[in-house]
Amino acid sequence: MSTTDEPADEHWVDPEIVRPYVVTRGRTQPVHGKFDLISMALAVGPPPGPEAGLDPEHLQILQLCREPKSVAEIAAYLNLPAGTIRVLLGDLFDKELVSAQEPQSEVDMRDMNMYRAVLDGLRSL
Amino acid sequence: MVFDRSDRPRLPRAIKILIAGGFGAGKTTMVAAVSETRPLRTEEILTDRGIGVDDLTSVEAKRTTTVAMDFGRITLTNDYVLYLFGTPGQERFWFVWDELAEGSLGAVILADTRRLADCFPSVDYFERRGTPFVVAVNCFEGAPTFELDEVRLALQLDPSIPIILCDARKRDSSREVLITLVKHSARLRAEPVSS
Repeated sequence: MSTTDEPADEHWVDPEIVRPYVVTRGRTQPVHGKFDLISMALAVGPPPGPEAGLDPEHLQILQLCREPKSVAEIAAYLNLPAGTIRVLLGDLFDKELVSAQEPQSEVDMRDMNMYRAVLDGLRSL
Repeated sequence: MVFDRSDRPRLPRAIKILIAGGFGAGKTTMVAAVSETRPLRTEEILTDRGIGVDDLTSVEAKRTTTVAMDFGRITLTNDYVLYLFGTPGQERFWFVWDELAEGSLGAVILADTRRLADCFPSVDYFERRGTPFVVAVNCFEGAPTFELDEVRLALQLDPSIPIILCDARKRDSSREVLITLVKHSARLRAEPVSS
C-alpha cells in the first residue's frame, strides 16, 4: 500500500508512526481476544497456504511462535508496536492458526504453587 | 497432516515483575543481568487519546508519543515464563505503568544513593496501588554509602518492606533481589514460603 494517492497538501507524517496502521489496514482492535503485553501465543496446525490470505507480518509471527512467545517479544522482534501485534494475533487466532494463553491474573497471584515454581526456577538459574 | 497436541510445546503462563527506579538507576542493567537473552524493547504508540493504536484520522492533529519499554525473559519451567519490565522513566507515562502493574507479581525499585529522591515516585506509586515491592539499593562505585536503615528512613518505608543492597550488573545479586521480592509477595498474598 502506497501513500501516493494522498492529496499533495497532506501533512508529512512520520513513517514510523504510519507503518503500524498500514500493516493492520487501519484496524486498531483485534477481531478476537484482548492480548495483554505478556499473553503467550503459539502457532498451531500446519503452515497455512496462500489461500489463507495472510500478510508477510502474519507469517513472520507464525514463524516466531513455533515456540511460545509473548506479545511483547513478538513486537520487539518484528519491530512493530505492541498494539499492531495485538491486531495481527487476533487475525491468526480467528483463523485458528495460533493458540493463546492469558497471563497469570491478579487473582491467581494467591496461588502458592506459582510462587514455589517461580522460586525454584530462579534458584536454578 | 495431523499434529499430536502432546508433541507440541505447551503454552506457559506468563508472570511479570516490574523493575522501577529513577533514570540511570540500573533498570536495564538488572534486566540484562538475569534475562536469558539480551534486553528486548517493545513500544506502545500513544496519542493524546490514550494507549494503543487508534485510528489515523487527523493523526497530525494529535500529539503522538512512542513509549519504549525494555524487558527480558526468564523461562522458569514448562509452565511459567517470567518477564522483567523496566518501567518507562517519565511520570507522564503513568498509564503505561498501570498496564504493566496490572496482574504483576510485584516490583523491584532500584535506588541510587546519589539520587535517592528519584525513587520517591515509584515508592508512592506501588504503595498506592498495593503492588508488593522491595527496594534494592544499587551499589555504584563512588556513590555515598548509607546504612540500609538510613535509606529506609529517607524513603519512609514501612518496616515490613524488604530493602537490600545489590549490584545490578551481577546475575547472582540481581537474582537474589528477585527471590526476595517473590518471597515478600508470597507472604503478602499467599501463605508463607519456607526458605
